[in-house]
Amino acid sequence: MSARDDLARRVVEFLAEHDPDTTDRVEFLRARYDAGLAWVAFPEGHGGLGLSRSLQAEVDRLFAEAGAPDNNPRANGIGLGMAAPTILAFGTEEQKERFLKPLWTGEEIWCQLFSEPGAGSDLAALATRAVRDEASGEWVVNGQKVWTSGAQNARFAILVARTDVDVPKHRGMTYFLADMTDPGVDVRPLRQVTGEAEFNEVFLSDVRIPDTQRLGDEGQGWQVANFTLNNERVAIGGRALPREGGMVGIVSQTWRDRPEARTPELHDRLLRSWVEAEVARLTGVRLRQKLAQGVPGPEGAAMKLSFARLNQQLSGLELELLGEDGLRYSDWTMVRPEHVDFTGRDAGYRYLRAKGNSIEGGTSEILRNIVAERVLGLPAEARGDKDVPFKELPR
Amino acid sequence: MTDLDLLPTDIEEDLRASVRGVLDRRCGPDTVAAMYDGDRAVVEPLWRAMAVELGLAGLLVPESLGGSGATAREAAAVMEELGRACAPVPFLTSAVIATTSLLPSGDELLGALAAGERTGALVVPFSTAPDAPLPDLAEGGTVRSVAGALEADVLLVPAGGTLRVVDATEAGVEPVVSLDMSRQLADVTVPAGAGRAVEGDGEAAARAALLAGAALLASEQHGVASWCLRETIGYVGQRRQFGRVVGGFQALKHRLADLFAETEQAAATAAYAAAVLAAEDADLPIATAVAQSWCSEVAVHAAEEALQLHGGVGMTWEYPVHLYLKRAKADQIALGTPGAHRARLATLVDLPGGTA
Ligand SMILES: Cc1cc2nc3c(=O)[nH]c(=O)nc-3n(C[C@H](O)[C@H](O)[C@H](O)COP(=O)(O)OP(=O)(O)OC[C@H]3O[C@@H](n4cnc5c(N)ncnc54)[C@H](O)[C@@H]3O)c2cc1C
Repeated sequence: MSARDDLARRVVEFLAEHDPDTTDRVEFLRARYDAGLAWVAFPEGHGGLGLSRSLQAEVDRLFAEAGAPDNNPRANGIGLGMAAPTILAFGTEEQKERFLKPLWTGEEIWCQLFSEPGAGSDLAALATRAVRDEASGEWVVNGQKVWTSGAQNARFAILVARTDVDVPKHRGMTYFLADMTDPGVDVRPLRQVTGEAEFNEVFLSDVRIPDTQRLGDEGQGWQVANFTLNNERVAIGGRALPREGGMVGIVSQTWRDRPEARTPELHDRLLRSWVEAEVARLTGVRLRQKLAQGVPGPEGAAMKLSFARLNQQLSGLELELLGEDGLRYSDWTMVRPEHVDFTGRDAGYRYLRAKGNSIEGGTSEILRNIVAERVLGLPAEARGDKDVPFKELPR
Repeated sequence: MTDLDLLPTDIEEDLRASVRGVLDRRCGPDTVAAMYDGDRAVVEPLWRAMAVELGLAGLLVPESLGGSGATAREAAAVMEELGRACAPVPFLTSAVIATTSLLPSGDELLGALAAGERTGALVVPFSTAPDAPLPDLAEGGTVRSVAGALEADVLLVPAGGTLRVVDATEAGVEPVVSLDMSRQLADVTVPAGAGRAVEGDGEAAARAALLAGAALLASEQHGVASWCLRETIGYVGQRRQFGRVVGGFQALKHRLADLFAETEQAAATAAYAAAVLAAEDADLPIATAVAQSWCSEVAVHAAEEALQLHGGVGMTWEYPVHLYLKRAKADQIALGTPGAHRARLATLVDLPGGTA
């Protein structure tokens, strides 16, 4: 029996034992995890069956067809797209046991405490300190993070902090799993260009993290963070969408609905963008086929680049197409959304939110550097800070 | 629906390696450049080697008719390699377009084409998009800018809704100075009533052949773009100015990163068009329009960037970049411009233009 058929049989058997109509949502999701049908590429015992990643879509489809509850992946994008693969790759057995299941079921939402006011593109410049308390063995963390998406909903965070200032910046960082309910964590909304506050400032004052929540070795933080970032780019730019999915579908529909707004110039731009969106979709399919066996490399950066350009191109076009209606906006009220939504709300929101697509998860400039250096093998920029101990760097 | 496999199979990789081997041995840039000075002596033996030894001529012909019964996916691997070498062989015009136009009828000529004993060409301007009007030579006449006619000993001529098989000796084939001399064009004059009619709807057969040609041309364009990208990365990675390697300047790195992304996207798009063609999937017209719109532009962009980033070297005849620029630009116009394909796409995906 092929892996695909075997999987389909497992789903059918599972559904026979757990009727989606009568089983409690969380209970259903926990059982699905235990059956290895959560993320099939993960190992057995951790929600998967050690199968090819390419089979996931099939499982999700079968569950959706049966009307089964899903784990609302949009609400936990950072957890599923970034925290989970990193915990799987670098975590201890205990950490995987503790964190992966509630993460997948959505009982615990995650956020990412990487960026700081002085360390955005240059993430390795971060200054948040983690100092080991020799008596308890715990880490004591102090510092400020910024632009933290969804911190207001998060139960845990992936966190990078500086643990050694005497070595060059890339070598003195350590990666932690932080508890957002710790009394030292203060989350303050940060309003953004759309009016809402999707991201936050997070102040960390004497936050105590047990050593069992260190992910990877002390000083290995840069390597672990890079793994997370490669996954982040694929999560942002490489999502599986049907043809005309996402922004291009919305704008195409607007075009069909508004014959009076059509001009040859807009038509040309629309078709170019339509082609590019279809091309990006196919590139995503091919990238996922390549990834089916391995882990994301820097190639995902190229996907994210075109995703950002397209969303900006299309959302800008949509406003022009709407003419007078494009001059209006739905609502400037500061709200704190449950999840990040690139295409929801109205055209004005989409236009403004899309501006973040070339900044979040690495700016387009940084991604081009990554592609040029790590994929194409071109020389790195000249830099003076690589071999200097962190504490001696001008900041 | 499961996604078609866009990664090459082992069979495709083997074929690709064989094609590349022959091209490496027999078709360097100097050979191709010589064609601009009128030396076409290379084409015949090179095509013979590829057509007969590698069986490329009969790739798309069913085994029952003497071919190897491979699919468009293998043909795409060949096209990509031909693009990478700017190879001057009539694979696209004979083994893809002329052959495909005969497949619906199962005409006896297919056996000779498959064996590489004869080489064919469809008599339409090479710029003809799959849905553009075809010439009609029922009363005889001349068709300008036909690709593959110089190499062909048998011509497939649209005449009154049928295709006629005309021996090249019965027609006038006048070579023209072409932008891309590695795929030199000819003006073809056919007398009224020449040759014999092929069975069936010749117009539909010719359109299907042009559509298949356009779908596979995307792979050639991807091959051209990959060559340009790789050569350029190699060049800027060793060329020094201002005391450093010029490939370390961010302005160049970013352009090459963008070109890499476009080229990877071309790979996926061309692979999809070929996979859809191979699977006889109804998505072929859309897949082809998308592939031609994208890959045509990427090949030209890659060749133009290659020339610019090679500086003065890029402008020299001695260096092969110019061959690729000419191939890329001619390919952009071949079988419909990107604009023509987008116009077709607008209808196919229900995004009509104009004011209502
Ligand atoms: C909507 C949104 C959500 C976010 N969510 C999170 C989150 O959840 N968690 C988190 O940790 N962070 C988050 N971020 C932060 C994001 O990762 C950073 O904003 C981003 O990495 C850029 O850093 P910066 O803002 O400091 O810009 P800077 O690094 O100061 O860059 C300023 C400009 O200089 C350019 N630049 C910088 N260095 C170079 C270089 N070497 N070469 C060329 N150009 C350069 C940049 O491209 C940019 O244009 C989010 C950001 C946004 C917009």
